[in-house]
Amino acid sequence: MPARPIAFVNVRLVDPASGWDGPGALLVKNGKIAEVGQGHDLGTLGDDFEVVDGGGVMLAPGLVDIRVKTGEPGTETKETLKSASLAAAAGGVTSIVLQPDTDPVVDEPSVVDFILRRARDIELVHVYPAGAATKGAKGERMAEIGLMHEAGCLYVTDADRPIVNSKVLRRVLAYAKAFDTLVAHRPADPWLSAGAAATEGEFAGRMGLPSVPPIAEKIMLDRDLALVELTGARLLVDQITTACALESLQRAKIRGLPVVATTSINHLSFNEVDIGDYRTFLKFDPPVRGESDRQATIEALATGLIDIVVSAHAPAPAEDKRLPYDEAAPGAVGLQTLLPALLAFHHEGRIPLIDLIRCVTQRPADLLGLPAGRLAKGAPADLVLCDLNAPVVIDADKLVSKSKNSPFDGRRLQGAVKMTVVDGRVVYRRD
Amino acid sequence: MTSLPTGMTEVLGRTFPFPRRHFLSVLDLNPVEVSDLLDLADGFVSLNRQTSKKLDLLKGRTLMNLFFEASTRTQSSFELAGKRLGADVVNMSPRSSSISKGETLIDTAVTLNAMQPDLLVVRHSSSGAASLLSQKVTCSVINAGDGQHEHPTQALLDALSMRRAFGRIAGLRVAICGDVLHSRVARSNVGLLQMMGAEVRLVGPPTLMPAEADRWGVEVFHDMRKGIAGCDVVMMLRLQLERMDGVMAPSQREYFRFFGLDREKLALAAPHVRVMHPGPMNRGVEIDSDVADDPSVSLIQDQVEMGVAARMAVLASLAARLENA
Repeated sequence: MPARPIAFVNVRLVDPASGWDGPGALLVKNGKIAEVGQGHDLGTLGDDFEVVDGGGVMLAPGLVDIRVKTGEPGTETKETLKSASLAAAAGGVTSIVLQPDTDPVVDEPSVVDFILRRARDIELVHVYPAGAATKGAKGERMAEIGLMHEAGCLYVTDADRPIVNSKVLRRVLAYAKAFDTLVAHRPADPWLSAGAAATEGEFAGRMGLPSVPPIAEKIMLDRDLALVELTGARLLVDQITTACALESLQRAKIRGLPVVATTSINHLSFNEVDIGDYRTFLKFDPPVRGESDRQATIEALATGLIDIVVSAHAPAPAEDKRLPYDEAAPGAVGLQTLLPALLAFHHEGRIPLIDLIRCVTQRPADLLGLPAGRLAKGAPADLVLCDLNAPVVIDADKLVSKSKNSPFDGRRLQGAVKMTVVDGRVVYRRD
Repeated sequence: MTSLPTGMTEVLGRTFPFPRRHFLSVLDLNPVEVSDLLDLADGFVSLNRQTSKKLDLLKGRTLMNLFFEASTRTQSSFELAGKRLGADVVNMSPRSSSISKGETLIDTAVTLNAMQPDLLVVRHSSSGAASLLSQKVTCSVINAGDGQHEHPTQALLDALSMRRAFGRIAGLRVAICGDVLHSRVARSNVGLLQMMGAEVRLVGPPTLMPAEADRWGVEVFHDMRKGIAGCDVVMMLRLQLERMDGVMAPSQREYFRFFGLDREKLALAAPHVRVMHPGPMNRGVEIDSDVADDPSVSLIQDQVEMGVAARMAVLASLAARLENA
C-alpha cells in the first residue's frame, strides 16, 4: 500500500545541499520529495494529503550514519537489525551503514545478501552493509572486495582493527581503487594501544588505568596517508580524535590527498574526566580523550577539517559493561542521541546549524553515492522533523536499543525528534 | 567480654563512627579522620603486644576476605585484625573457583552479599573493582588493593609506621622509589602523605613512571641518588621480575645498579633515614638485604605489625557506623 502523501507546512527547512536554512514547506509523494517551498508555501493541496503543521520546527534530511554496529548476525542479544532500525528511526537517522565485524564477518557476498534481505523485510530505515577489507577482518588476506561491492557494500573496512601489515593495506587500497570502492581505516598503532582502556595522561595515571598516548593515532594515520599518496586511493579516516592526528590530516588535505575523516559524537561530547569513578559507559574505542583533544576535534569539525560525524553505535549489554573498567567492553549506543548531542554545538553558538546537519546528511551521502541527504525535488523522502529547542533528559533505560550503554544517560540535551520519514513512510512519530 | 585488656578503655574511647560506609580510597579521607584512625591504631598496637589480644567490638559480625589476587600478607593481616576484634572471618579465593566458571565479579559479590557479611575486604587485579563492588552490595567494602589504583590500608599503616618512628608526618621528606607506574601502594601513599603535609618525591626510570606524574604535586626523579638525597624516608616498591627482563628495564643487574637501594645510595639520605617496603621484597633486585635487615634503618618489620593495627582501626571505625545504621 503506497503511503499517503504528506505536506509539511510551517517548518524551518535546513538543507545543506542548497544552503537553505529558513522557513518553508515540503511535499512528499510516492516516496519522493515532490516539491520544496523555500521561503514560500506549497500550491493548493488535495484532500488526500496528510498535512503536518510543524509550528516552526526544523525539517531536515534524515541523518546518514555511516558507522553502526548491531549484533546481527551472531550476537543478537546485543542488538538486532530490527532494534537498531527502530533506534535509528527514533533518532531521526534514516540510513545506517553497518560495520562488518559480526559473526560471521561480512567478508563475502552471501553475508551482504543476508543483511540486505533482512533489512528489506524489516522495512524501517535504509540499511547498508560495509564489507571487511580482509578475510575475517584479520588484516592478513584481502576479502572479496569486488563481489561485495557488486552485492551492495558501500565501503570496506576492518572496523575497529587496524590493518597492521603495511603491505596488506597497500594492496587493499590499490585493489579497491579499481572498483572505486572507498576504504575506511582506523588509525591506531596496535602496539602502543595494546591493552589500553584510557588515554595516557594525568587522569589515567592517577586512576591506575592502562593507557595509550594520543600519538598512537597520529603514527598510524601518517602511515595510512603515505599509502594513500602511493596508491592514489580514497581513504576514509575512521574516527579521528586527537589534536596531533588532526595536524597530519590537515597537511594531507592541503596537499590534496583524497582523504575524508569522521569523528564520533562521543569524542565530541565527553572527555576523560567523565570516566569519573570508573564509569564503563565512557569506555570507547578509541578511548575518550583529554579536554584539549576534545576541543581540537570540535574546532576541526567547525572548520570542516573533519567531514563527517558518526554515532559509532556499538551496543554492549549489561553483562559486558558491568565489569571492572579494563575488562569492560568498549563502545556506546548512539543512534538515538546523535542528533540532540550534535545540536549542543548549535545551542552553544559554536557551529552553525546548517554545518552541523551537513556533517550527518549531505556529506556522508555524497561520499557514499547515496541519493539521500538533501531536500531536493525527486530525492528520496528521507526526513527528520525536530523541535530544536525542546529539552530532553536522556534516560538510558528508555532507549529503543536492546543494549542501554549510553554515556549520555542523565544528560540534559536540547532537541527532540518529532517525526522520521523514510521513502515517504512515517517510521517514527513522537506522541 | 568480662574484663578489658590493660589500657583498652582509653583506646575504645577513641573509636568514632566513620562517616562513610566503605573504605575505598585515601582521597575519601580528610586529615582529621586520618589522625583519628592513626590514634586508634596506636592503641591497637599496644593491645596486640599483650597476651590477651581479643576484643568484642565486632562480636557477631562477619568479615569476608574476597581476594581475587593471591596475597598471604594482606589477607592474613585482615584476618587477624577481624579476629582480634571478635568477628567471624571467612576467606574466599574466587580465583580458583567460580570465576573460572564464567561468573562475573558482580555475580560473585552479589552471591556472597546474600550470605549477609558485614564487612567485605576485596582485592582485585582491575583498577576500580572495589568501587564497582561497593555499588552492588549492602555491606561495607574495604579496598585491599584494586589493580594499579589504590591500596588505602597500606598507606594508613605506612603513615602509622612513619608517625611512630618520627613522631610526626608533616614536614617529612619521603622518596617513593621503583615501579610507580604499576603501584597502587605508591598512589595511595602519595595521596595520604600529601594530605598529612609530607613532601613526596617519586624516583624511578621513565618507563616505570606514570605519564604526567609531575602534575601530582610531587617531584619526579630519574636519578635515584638525587631523588633520595636528604630524605627522611625511603620507601621502596616491589618490582615484578618479569617486567625487568628487557621489558621495562634491561636487566635485573642494571636495575639494581641504578635503582636498587644499597648502603652507598642510602648514605645520601638524611642521617636518621628510615627504609620502608610494602613487601614481599625482591632482595638483591630492588633492595639490598644488608639494608632491609638492619633494624637501625629498616621499618619493614614494623610495617607488618602496624598493618594489623591499622586494619583493626579501619574495621572498628566502619563497624561503629554499622551499629548506628
